[in-house]
Amino acid sequence: MIDLVHFQLASAALFSIGIYGVLARRSSILVLMSIELMLNAVNVNLIGYSSFTDFGMDHRILGQIFVIFIITVAAAEFALAVAIILRLYRNLSTVNIDEISSLKG
Amino acid sequence: MSELIFFYVANILTLGGAITVVIAKNIVYAALGLFVSLIGVAGLFLMGLAQFLALAQILVYGGAIVIVILFALMLTKIEDFRELRDQTHRPIAILASVFIFVLLAASILLTEIRTTQPSEISIEKIGEMLFNQWAIPFEVASIILLIALIGAIVMVRVGQTDD
Repeated sequence: MIDLVHFQLASAALFSIGIYGVLARRSSILVLMSIELMLNAVNVNLIGYSSFTDFGMDHRILGQIFVIFIITVAAAEFALAVAIILRLYRNLSTVNIDEISSLKG
Repeated sequence: MSELIFFYVANILTLGGAITVVIAKNIVYAALGLFVSLIGVAGLFLMGLAQFLALAQILVYGGAIVIVILFALMLTKIEDFRELRDQTHRPIAILASVFIFVLLAASILLTEIRTTQPSEISIEKIGEMLFNQWAIPFEVASIILLIALIGAIVMVRVGQTDD
């Protein structure tokens, strides 16, 4: 049978893959995709807890409501990040994060 | 038993898509890998008996975010989009992600949590709680979304005024 541990391990694996993507990728669009993977790992974890623990009905519904808010805020963050990437591309003609170093001084 | 098979199929889709995102040489393959991974996450939501969120996941991520990524790829002409190079400090990234996975897995396996058989949470209950107890955060979230989208439009607009 499926258990909470399965969900937690799936979530941990997805989160680690996202960490690797954020650290190793050069194109900022790919870094953004990896951040989305990490947000989804958090959502998987919350859904696992919300359906497999006996915290009482109110707290279990709360898990799903958290996921709704995370999806909403992730969509807002994503739109802003894409706008920033397009702006960077227009100003610097590159989206590689190792070439964008204006703040280095 | 069939539940377990479905769970593993969804899990393989999720992790396989995620690995495609982080190792693909072609950036379009990475975007398609992200799509597969997010649909796999919707499958995991179904296994957690969260039907409404699985639907929302497919709508928001599969429908909107992947399309926006493809538009972003289209609008930023990356010269080497077929042969991406990674950062030079890739080994450190591998080390960091393996370290975090081992840490998380150890703490998951060593912690005892009382679990129970999953029971379905109906959409009615979620909506009731969302619009009674969480009504103000819900409205604030909608304002955040509005502000973020207006901000995005203002930022990418080809301005005649200030630039």
